[in-house]
Amino acid sequence: MRRIKNPPVSRYHPTNTPSPPPPSVTPAQNTHSFGSSNSARERKWRHNSEVTLLPAARQSARISLVCVDVFCGSGFRRMLKMPGAALQCSGYPEDKLQTLTERLTCREVQTGTLLSLMGEPEQYSYPSVFVYGHRATGKSHVLLTLLTHLQLPHAAVSCVECVSAGLMFEQVLSALFGPDAASLLPRCPSLSDFVRIYRQACVQHPAQQTRYIVVEKAELLRDMEANLLPALLRLQELVDDNVTVFLLSEIVWEKFRPNTGCFEPLLLHFPDYTKAELLHILSRDSHPSHTPEFYSSYINILLGVFYSVCRDLRELRHLAALNFSKFCEPLEKGEARESDTHKLWRNMEPHLKKAMQSVYLREVSSVQWEQQQVDEKEATSLRGLSAHTHVELPYYSKFLLIAAYLASYNPARTDRRFFLKHHGKMKKTNFLKKHEKTSNHLLGPKPFPLDRLLAIFYSVVDSRVAPTASVFSQISSLVTLQLLTQVGHDDQLDSPKYKCAVSLDFILAISRTVSFDIVRYLYDFL
Amino acid sequence: MATSSVSKGCFVFKPGSKKRKRIADAEDYFVDGNADCAYGKERFITCQRLWEKIKTDTELLQDDLNKKILDSLLEFIKKCSLSFQSRADDWASLMRENEIPTAALVLGVNVPDHDVTFQSLSDLLQESITPFAVSVQAQECAALKNLMQRVLERLMGAGVSVEDEEDDTSMSLPKKRVSCSMSALCQWYKTVTKKQSVKSPGKKCSSVNVFSENPPILVIFKDFEAFNPRVLQDFILICSRYIQELPLIFIFGIATSPSTIQHMLPHSVSSLLCIELFQSLSCTQHLATVIDKLILTSQYPFKLSGKVLQVLVSIFLYHDFSVRNFVKGLQLALLEHYHSQPLSVLCCEKEEFLAYAQKLSHHDVEMVRQLPSFMRYVEAQDAQEQVQLLTSDEHVKVVCRRLLKDLRKYHKNYYPILRCLHTLTSSLPKYPLGKQIRELHISCLEKNIWETNEYESAMQLLRLLAKDELVATLKKCVDILKSGKTKKMRSALQQLEDYVVKFEQLGNVSVEDLNEEEVTSPGKDLQKKTDLFQLQKTLLEMKGSRRSKKMSPFELLRNETLGVIDGLVRSHLTPPELQPLHEVCYYSSSGILRRHLNAAPRTSIQTALSHPFYYLQNVSLKTDAGTVSNAAPDICIAYKLHLECGRLINLYDWLEAYATVASAAEGKDPDSEEYGKVDELKHARFIQAVSELEFLGFVKSTKQKTDHVARLTWGGC
Repeated sequence: MRRIKNPPVSRYHPTNTPSPPPPSVTPAQNTHSFGSSNSARERKWRHNSEVTLLPAARQSARISLVCVDVFCGSGFRRMLKMPGAALQCSGYPEDKLQTLTERLTCREVQTGTLLSLMGEPEQYSYPSVFVYGHRATGKSHVLLTLLTHLQLPHAAVSCVECVSAGLMFEQVLSALFGPDAASLLPRCPSLSDFVRIYRQACVQHPAQQTRYIVVEKAELLRDMEANLLPALLRLQELVDDNVTVFLLSEIVWEKFRPNTGCFEPLLLHFPDYTKAELLHILSRDSHPSHTPEFYSSYINILLGVFYSVCRDLRELRHLAALNFSKFCEPLEKGEARESDTHKLWRNMEPHLKKAMQSVYLREVSSVQWEQQQVDEKEATSLRGLSAHTHVELPYYSKFLLIAAYLASYNPARTDRRFFLKHHGKMKKTNFLKKHEKTSNHLLGPKPFPLDRLLAIFYSVVDSRVAPTASVFSQISSLVTLQLLTQVGHDDQLDSPKYKCAVSLDFILAISRTVSFDIVRYLYDFL
Repeated sequence: MATSSVSKGCFVFKPGSKKRKRIADAEDYFVDGNADCAYGKERFITCQRLWEKIKTDTELLQDDLNKKILDSLLEFIKKCSLSFQSRADDWASLMRENEIPTAALVLGVNVPDHDVTFQSLSDLLQESITPFAVSVQAQECAALKNLMQRVLERLMGAGVSVEDEEDDTSMSLPKKRVSCSMSALCQWYKTVTKKQSVKSPGKKCSSVNVFSENPPILVIFKDFEAFNPRVLQDFILICSRYIQELPLIFIFGIATSPSTIQHMLPHSVSSLLCIELFQSLSCTQHLATVIDKLILTSQYPFKLSGKVLQVLVSIFLYHDFSVRNFVKGLQLALLEHYHSQPLSVLCCEKEEFLAYAQKLSHHDVEMVRQLPSFMRYVEAQDAQEQVQLLTSDEHVKVVCRRLLKDLRKYHKNYYPILRCLHTLTSSLPKYPLGKQIRELHISCLEKNIWETNEYESAMQLLRLLAKDELVATLKKCVDILKSGKTKKMRSALQQLEDYVVKFEQLGNVSVEDLNEEEVTSPGKDLQKKTDLFQLQKTLLEMKGSRRSKKMSPFELLRNETLGVIDGLVRSHLTPPELQPLHEVCYYSSSGILRRHLNAAPRTSIQTALSHPFYYLQNVSLKTDAGTVSNAAPDICIAYKLHLECGRLINLYDWLEAYATVASAAEGKDPDSEEYGKVDELKHARFIQAVSELEFLGFVKSTKQKTDHVARLTWGGC
């Protein structure tokens, strides 16, 4: 039985309550809003609330439900005022909301939605919310700023850090109840241990406010224990506490839903920033010694080059910081003034284009890039990472690799033709079968057994090679060097299978060093 | 776990039992193994001492070679740790993503050698930059959990639990449990650095002051390619979350090429790294240096014959590129030599071999007399001396000492001259005598170098050398010979120096001479002749006249110099086989070395099956070549019988044949009823033999024909 300690009078002031939009607005455009399956769950939740809530609260619960329906609808945007308008939500001090508005620029809609979902601190909130959107769209930033700034009790964990579920339990407990509660966990805690200890701790520290658990990189939850995700989704029920779980992920909820079914969370999408928004955000961190206008003109140029390839805010900010000194160069030399935008642009654009090919791809590191800007002349001396492809290999390893490449890209049927001296007459039409005419190189390497590799190896290598242990160990070292890959893991004793994992260019370079004309042996090039 | 094995491969490690039997000391093998000869102990000691010396020398050499790359790496790390400390104040670094500084250390495919490099790297780091350097291997980090545990364990120096039941062994006490997470590491780092900064003004200045206030944490991934990409990506993601608090630096040990980083890490992860590249010396250069310092020197009395050196070098070039394995091979040769050659007691420093030669017993002297090189020497002496040598032990001892001293001198002369010849020929087009000095060395060891065609053509090319080139190489030779200490070397040095001086003097005079020469060029009347026969005739005449033509002083001097060099080569670069008593110093059984270092499992299985006597040493199994005794193990009989079959083997026929052989082994009368009959016991033995053959990969079951198995091996051994 759920109980609210301080029954709220109402969730929303009548003045704040948005007028319900016409129902036709809600469903169509927003694919990720609630489908038909969700309505049943909502009903259930409403049912629960109706049983437990006091009559006074009932009204507010209904209202909030209406809001939930609305949040994801496109009509909601209209209701919120234009960006810059202060967030409004009862139960929180005005000034804090004001600063929040400033900090969470360009994400007002989402912040407002979140705030309304959370309700006032004491009120029960929806058990779980699934927040998704691309990388660097401000999911964690918005949520964590909200929670820390409003000083709400919360625990933030990142799934990538939690190598085991136990680690996650520990972090959650110690963030919510202090390290004492976490130390109660047994050595290898299960989910029920977590729930048990949570309940114990809950009795000692009853909830004054809604507690929040933020789970970042939630897509990794799918790889952990099967019961973890469903349990987190309805943690409120399990621990019987006023707790809400936020799951943050870069992929959509459809990819999460387990086959066994689970509690459906509320979905909240963080759309990508538009170009104007990016400009607005990036312009905020202007250099102290230059005017903000100057910096925003710089950002404008930067976005002009990079917006087509990169919309990741973090990456853009990084690039902006790296190249700003170059942009200021004409100013320092006295060749231009801050207002000469065109001149500055002409100076900057080729440089940025170069940056796009090198430092953006991490071909050269950012430190090297900065260094290069300072010395200028050595610009050509730095070679990117991908320029170093030459690999020195022992003589037989080279031939083993060549043999593996041939085995991977030639149909086994044609081995007779390539490696037998007297292969008899094979009619060309017969030999070139129709379905194999599609290039094997387009299809990728095919697996081959060890025997075939060795047979080809012995026929391509020019001297007699004893089948010594080191020939075999070279095969395994080629596997560890990731030039070959082993296919399948069962029954390696019998006949292991391999694939060749190198490119045509690589093998051409290798065969040139041993003066072996590999093209003559490749079926695709006949 | 490390092995002392020379080859790379798969090893079974049994859990070490507590009570180990007393392992026979290596020394005992020397002493017990050859009861017929004394000095086992002395040989062992000499061998040990020599090996120690070789080992320390190679280590020094490797440190030297790695010095450059390690220094630049240290520079990089220092720079990074400084930038960690000065991060807060700069605008650009505030705005920048906090990337993890990463050094990509490209070391080449000779993975076994990397250990040494990493060892010296972490030693260097520990003593100069940071106490917090951990190295991890892919083998021990199958999952992120393990990787985290290893890193934390090695940093914090304590057992860290991963909440895994099976990991109880690593846990000493469950009292203070530290969860295996990066935040735990963060807290630990804060307390440690705080402690240090409190301590440093106090007494422990000497030890703490070496490191800066916040020493970086280094994580070395020894074999980057072998890591599971998933694990690595997650680890980097986690680390990047803490880079504000922890000054982390990564070092990737890369065996192939730096582009593997991009293959293994997606852009979202590699954008968290700030990668700088460090390229190490190639392993062939490394080998060249090792050979130069270990083999091409008269410092060590122990020598390798040409064939043995060839085996070691070809294993290196063809199979593994591993210098460590090369040195291991050298060690094996050393051990084998001192173990198997009783007279190797004389293979030591000058004072010692003189003493030992004095103490030789009659038995030892007999052995000396039987050495082929000594016999050849005896035959070359006059009759009276021969009698003396064959009868008087004392006389042999005296001669022995003289010969050994000669051998020593021979080596002292050999190497400088070899180097001179190499410097002269290594700049010639097409390298007639080999690009590397080891090739020249091997051919000198095997035959008289001056009798080969390659030497001839090299000399011809040298005779065409221009003056400045010749003088430059001669000067190099002079430098080489300066280190020679024998009388002959000094006189050779003197000669060459004289020639260099003469060449230089020539430069002042000869200009006019050259001009004079050109006037008499006999090409004028060539145009008149149109007849082909006539033309040929004139050309021949011209050729003859050119040969007899008076040479310029430079050409004369050049020929003279080359004549001297040729003389030096002929007198000093004789193959060691012609030296008496060379067996004492030279290890020449390349076959044994090859068998040990480059084992052929299939060959040995086939030997075991076709000649069981070879391994079992049971007299009853000894047979003529090509046959197998019927008393041999069942599998040998089955194997022998299967060799007579075609591609498909009828199991019943095979069984019948087997039963016949087995009955003969039981000594049954060939005419009796029982002979060749299949009883249950024989049937069972046969089935076992066949399944053993199947396990070894000689036959396999087939569905082509009922009751048949397919034969899988053909021909060979």
